[in-house]
Amino acid sequence: MSDEQGGLLEAPLAIEYPFNRTTGPVIGAFLTGLRNERVLGIRDTQGRVVCPPVEYDPQTGEPLTEMVEIGTEGTITSWSWVANVREGQPLDRPHALAFIRLDGADTSMLHAVDASGPDAVNTGARVRIRWAPEREGLITDIACFELVGGAA
Amino acid sequence: MKDVAVVSVAQSDYVRALSHLNEVEMIQPVIRQALDQIGVGISDIGFTCSGSSDYLAGQAFSFVMTLDAVGAWPPIMESHVEMDGAWALYEAWLKIQAGHAETALVYSYSKASPGDLPRVLSRQLDPYYYAPLWPDSVALAGLQARAMLDEHKIDEAEMAGIAHRNREAARANPHAQIKGSATIDELLAEDYLSDPLRLHDVPPISDGGVAVVLASAEKAAEWADRPAFIRGIDHRVDSHSFGARDLTRAPSIATAAEKAGVHDGKIDVAELHAPFTHQEKIVATELGLGDDVVINPSGGPLAANAMMAAGLVRIGEVANRIMAGEADRGVAHATSGHLLQQNLVCVLEGN
Amino acid sequence: MSPADNDRVISTMPTGLWEQPAISTPDLGDEEPVQRLRLPASMVYRYNPGQAPTRYLRGLAQKKILGERSASNPDVYVPSRGMNPTEGTPTSEQVEVGPKGTISSFCVVHIGFGVNAPPTPFVSALILPDGAAVSLYGTLLEVPIEEVRIGMRVEPVWVPDDQLTTSSENITHWRPIDEPDVPAEQLKGHM
Repeated sequence: MSDEQGGLLEAPLAIEYPFNRTTGPVIGAFLTGLRNERVLGIRDTQGRVVCPPVEYDPQTGEPLTEMVEIGTEGTITSWSWVANVREGQPLDRPHALAFIRLDGADTSMLHAVDASGPDAVNTGARVRIRWAPEREGLITDIACFELVGGAA
Repeated sequence: MKDVAVVSVAQSDYVRALSHLNEVEMIQPVIRQALDQIGVGISDIGFTCSGSSDYLAGQAFSFVMTLDAVGAWPPIMESHVEMDGAWALYEAWLKIQAGHAETALVYSYSKASPGDLPRVLSRQLDPYYYAPLWPDSVALAGLQARAMLDEHKIDEAEMAGIAHRNREAARANPHAQIKGSATIDELLAEDYLSDPLRLHDVPPISDGGVAVVLASAEKAAEWADRPAFIRGIDHRVDSHSFGARDLTRAPSIATAAEKAGVHDGKIDVAELHAPFTHQEKIVATELGLGDDVVINPSGGPLAANAMMAAGLVRIGEVANRIMAGEADRGVAHATSGHLLQQNLVCVLEGN
Repeated sequence: MSPADNDRVISTMPTGLWEQPAISTPDLGDEEPVQRLRLPASMVYRYNPGQAPTRYLRGLAQKKILGERSASNPDVYVPSRGMNPTEGTPTSEQVEVGPKGTISSFCVVHIGFGVNAPPTPFVSALILPDGAAVSLYGTLLEVPIEEVRIGMRVEPVWVPDDQLTTSSENITHWRPIDEPDVPAEQLKGHM
């Protein structure tokens, strides 16, 4: 076949899905808590508190039922620096992506940490939830985390 | 368990963006080569299975069009996995084990270039807790690297060393996208891409594909002088709640390795689907590989990382070396999802 | 959730298969618990059609419907993806097909979707262009629905010349022409 002339054709292709989801009683309770500026975890079969809560034990698969309230401050257990911010992320300026173990939980939550630069963040730093001004029962009711003065 | 062997492997040359071809035009020469080089046609194949992801193309059922490249007439028995082709190979292996086919064609490919891959991959995450934050795949991998660094299970120099070794090895791989590497000192002098990861710690984004032919023992003897027999294959998954996992470990790899019988014999070569440098350390540790094992003579995913294909490529690269008589027994690893969440281990051996 | 909330039916699973265990939570007050959420996801891609579809689109820009065939098989596929799909071999020749065609199948649509859908009810059809082995998909207008039939002869309606681009939207719809019907037997295998 002859080589096509005139260069490559290109067109934007946008896919968009509304994704309506049901939550069930565990995730639903957690999100209800967030809407009320409260954080719930769930006890696993070993008695550890899992947050964000899950319906089944991550190790054994047994259903979990006992939800408990935990704190709104916590500790960074791991982090990386997001230099190139992308659409939909919690902050529109460079920030840290982090795992945060809230006080009272034994597992970590994923979220963004608002910080001036990678030098301001470290594993072990203390952070607190910055709540979104309008909350609707989503993980983004937590707008992001912010560093508490005097990081570890 | 029936003896099933890899008898033919073909790959495209991996590039950042193959913008002038569509997926059908890209994969057809690869499929054709895999069949032609052993002198068979699709009518000799009992089962066809492909691996790909519609999210790379941005189109539902995009994989169906690639059957144009197969020549599916008269109608064929065919299946597809929205996963790396290593799992398509697993399905094909099962089909042969079950006696529903004697031979199989497995192919997988990626054309990720039209989309923003690190953003697209966030759709693989927990839909309630992680995906709404749209974390990019590199920053997410960085969390695992940080955990390794914090626990002193790796340091940045070792990570750079892994990048250097893989990409230098890729000089010998005609298909590789990145061939050769700057020195370790030069690599460490670069700024972070996504602290703690530098550009060299992350895989390239690659368009390209791979095709493999499987055959049960009798056919394998007809189609290859020295088939690469699958002696063990197993896959396991860890929790998708990454915050509840020890990110420096991937227990599913250890379990799959045990079930696949990795240490039932010596290992001459290992091809590990560890897209990030720190992950090679985790995978090698979980597989229990000794320091004497040659890892990724192909250059591995750090030299060419076609999503959905790089895992099947690892199986193909081990098989190639066995078929060429350069190795007797090897292990190939494939991963699916972020942070080594799901893993497949395949042990191959020549006879 | 308050104790009264535990009585609300959340799951409609048949009894005996699986029971949703009761979840105990701290008191979250009386407000409605969150039970659903909406999480839209949108992604934008820069799509390149590849060589054969590009040739087809460039043909449409010139009001031509171009199919392709491989060297070893006379069947002309349109629009082409660059392969003869029965052989898995690359196409090597372009063949102009149509513009006239024959309805090989159709359905009457009562629920349109998308902002550009015609007023319902309307006819969606598979149209076999003259000379092609497979049919194109299109909208059939300018004909009463009850007169539409398999075998009916049709032609494409193009946008004005100054609006032609490399796009399938160059053909706004198909309409009947005054030619004798093609017998249905001749259309078998050409959908």
